[in-house]
Amino acid sequence: MGSITLQKVSKVFGEAKVIPSIDLEINDGEFVVFVGPSGCGKSTLLRLIAGLEDVSGGQILIDGKDVTQAAPAERGLAMVFQSYALYPHMSVRNNIAFPLKMAKMEKSAIDKKVTDAARVLNLTDYLERRPSQLSGGQRQRVAIGRAIVREPSAFLFDEPLSNLDAALRGTMRLEISDLHHQLKTTMVYVTHDQVEAMTMADKIVVLNRGNIEQVGSPLELYKSPRNLFVAGFIGSPHMNFVDGAYAQSKSAKTAGIRPEHLILSKDSGLWTGTVKVAEHLGADTFLHLDVDGIGQITARAGGEFGAQYGDRVYLTPDEAKLHRFDDKGIALRA
Amino acid sequence: MATQNTKTLARLMMAPSVLLLLVWMIVPLAMTLWFSFQNYNLLDPSNVSFTGLFNYQFFYTDPAFFQSIWNTLVIVGGVLLITVIGGIAIALLLDQPIFGQGIVRILIISPFFVMPPVAALVWKNMIMNPSYGVFADISRFFGLRPVDWFAQYPLFSIVVIVAWQWLPFATLILLTALQSLDGEQKEAAEMDGANFLNRFIYLVVPHLARSITVVILIQTIFLLGVYAEILVTTNGGPGYASTNLAFLIYRTALLGYDVGGASAGGIIAVVLANIVAFFLMRAVGKNLDR
Amino acid sequence: MARNVTTRHKITATVAAWIVALIIFFPILYTIITSIKTEPEAIAGFSLWPSGTFENYITVQTQRDYLKPFMNSVILSVGSTILALIIAIPSAWAMAFSPTKRTKDILMWMLSTKMMPAVAVLVPIYLLFRDFGLLDSRIGLTVMLTLINLPIVVWMLYTYFREIPGEILEAARMDGAGLWQEIVYVLTPMAVPGIASTLLLNIILAWNESFWTIRLSTTNAAPLTAFIASFSSPQGLFWAKLSAASTMAIAPILILGWFSQKQLVRGLTFGAVK
Repeated sequence: MGSITLQKVSKVFGEAKVIPSIDLEINDGEFVVFVGPSGCGKSTLLRLIAGLEDVSGGQILIDGKDVTQAAPAERGLAMVFQSYALYPHMSVRNNIAFPLKMAKMEKSAIDKKVTDAARVLNLTDYLERRPSQLSGGQRQRVAIGRAIVREPSAFLFDEPLSNLDAALRGTMRLEISDLHHQLKTTMVYVTHDQVEAMTMADKIVVLNRGNIEQVGSPLELYKSPRNLFVAGFIGSPHMNFVDGAYAQSKSAKTAGIRPEHLILSKDSGLWTGTVKVAEHLGADTFLHLDVDGIGQITARAGGEFGAQYGDRVYLTPDEAKLHRFDDKGIALRA
Repeated sequence: MATQNTKTLARLMMAPSVLLLLVWMIVPLAMTLWFSFQNYNLLDPSNVSFTGLFNYQFFYTDPAFFQSIWNTLVIVGGVLLITVIGGIAIALLLDQPIFGQGIVRILIISPFFVMPPVAALVWKNMIMNPSYGVFADISRFFGLRPVDWFAQYPLFSIVVIVAWQWLPFATLILLTALQSLDGEQKEAAEMDGANFLNRFIYLVVPHLARSITVVILIQTIFLLGVYAEILVTTNGGPGYASTNLAFLIYRTALLGYDVGGASAGGIIAVVLANIVAFFLMRAVGKNLDR
Repeated sequence: MARNVTTRHKITATVAAWIVALIIFFPILYTIITSIKTEPEAIAGFSLWPSGTFENYITVQTQRDYLKPFMNSVILSVGSTILALIIAIPSAWAMAFSPTKRTKDILMWMLSTKMMPAVAVLVPIYLLFRDFGLLDSRIGLTVMLTLINLPIVVWMLYTYFREIPGEILEAARMDGAGLWQEIVYVLTPMAVPGIASTLLLNIILAWNESFWTIRLSTTNAAPLTAFIASFSSPQGLFWAKLSAASTMAIAPILILGWFSQKQLVRGLTFGAVK
């Protein structure tokens, strides 16, 4: 069972109130992603849940039990660190076995668990190697293996893919999602990469400066962002924001339209713009335009839309997908 | 990483070394300070009396004192000059591609690990000895009369010995600093049209400036207390020609049995060292912040 | 620089470097050579070709009991370093892993105690040692050497401990390791190289210390520094035997020193040079 509840959790570092107050429910078996820009407090929040930092206020409950004062090991959680934090002087086998050794498990039981975990993670051939002899992806797996054998109530991941190159990141993303489906254990995952968040999460928690901006499923956040911050954070390339006359005509301070919701045409449209940069990716085309009377707009066309620097292009925003925000940045829902 | 219960434990763990050094610092220094105001001679230990600043006055009027201060400055200055300039030169040389780099480095750093009494004796008897020494042999080879180094140039001889011992230190530090100079910076400079001399002046020297400062400050701390080399070669002589402040204090204390006087000299030495240490700590402190 | 360095450049540099190196090393080399000459050979004039006799090494022991000061040097340098390590390891641990605002200041203060000139406290220390019967005692000298080198030992250990990634200790904590287990299974194995380096440098510094070891010893506890220093007047040992004594006195430390270049930079520049 791995439900986690945060009640009015706050954290102060010296003078800085890094996390003012957070209430959050994480249900058993959910894959929850904390996402947000650098310094938003997502890693801090994770470390508070782990017990590596003390809370300055509030309570943390795991499966209904108050663990706010409990030491990390007593919380029944396992953590995968950004730098993997493998023990450099121990073999892969001993790295994975370490938590079981600390729990004073019997040697034969330990061996079995380590062998099983190694098999699941494709590490069987590397059991006797030292971390320094492994590649980044392999080290990642050892870190995961060390976490798995503890059979924790929840896994905590602190930006585990940041140190990998793009191709490896893609593969590991799939492996971690796969692992979640296999083990069905709660996973709390921290990242600054909203693509990871969107593809892996059951539930996303968007954080900004220690505050929760919105909690919801990936599609919820995509379709109905609650404010300007979430709207601009989720989705890549990010949403276009338009102020001024156009927004006013829609009874809003700011209007938002995603690049993929602009209809492009060479003949006619609501707006006219000049292409400044054209990115042809083959499957998509991204155009960065200077739109008359509006400003900088990014538009996406599926397939190959032939436009070059300097071309005049027409765009029309899809009314149904338009977002409206008031002067406080809060979304207006019709 | 520090949570509540680790803080008290941490303080406990630091206590032994802090307390030990505190006592080591305070007790002897306090005693020295106390003695410096006393008239206390070990030949007549029962007759101890307060004399105020007499000991300090005595030093102030003692020509040997000023000679020793001057000698101290000469030793420090001379060694610094030789080791810094020599150190830079050798470091630049060792930074070049060389066959047998490892062995060359080992040969060059060796003097630093020779204990001062051995260094002093070897130089005195084997190299500078006017009858049997290598310098004497070289002089005779050129038809010159051998120089009696320790009689004619005692202070200079000391400087040579100490400089020989510290040259490796300066070289090693400066070489380490030199090799930490970003290769890409040098390449960028080359592309910008800088030749070797320009690169030296505008890139290398500023980069080394910091290390040179550190070398100077750290060596000064140790050079202020040169002792064994003087003891083993000239014993401070002829007269006071090669006596530095440290040796003068030693003589006053253990040869003159003048505790009061030696203590006053000691306090003066502490003041001198503190001035240097002040600047060194500033340089070190800046680095601890990084 | 991946470009082809001209071979001519390399050869010139090599020749220059070797000349400089040999000149600098010459006094040591000549001492070793003289140590295997006979006494008449030693004073016969400059010669690089000794007869290769080891009689001096034997005579130094039989005539002067060389072993005693040698053992004293070993006991004092190893003993004081180990004692310093015992005191310093907890301190450095606390400073590296539970730093406070004052940690930096305390560290700098410790380093500053090393800058106090020894002569300044010669008198009180001498009198204290005399009154407590510590003059010419190995214990007394060991304590002195410990105090002198303690700041450097703490400093070096601190820098090595700080390099241990904190995340690994956190991982151990999450894995259920208590404080003691954290220290034994994770911290110590990772700290061993740093402790060994500190040990190395400080044995060297203690072996070569030439003030207190000379002033606070006479016969029983006198290490090699005092032993050699006692030959400053010309009678007694002669050149060849003196060379043998000197060679034996410096050989262990020379060899250790060759392996401790990095430690030297780290330990004696107090981090101001990387």
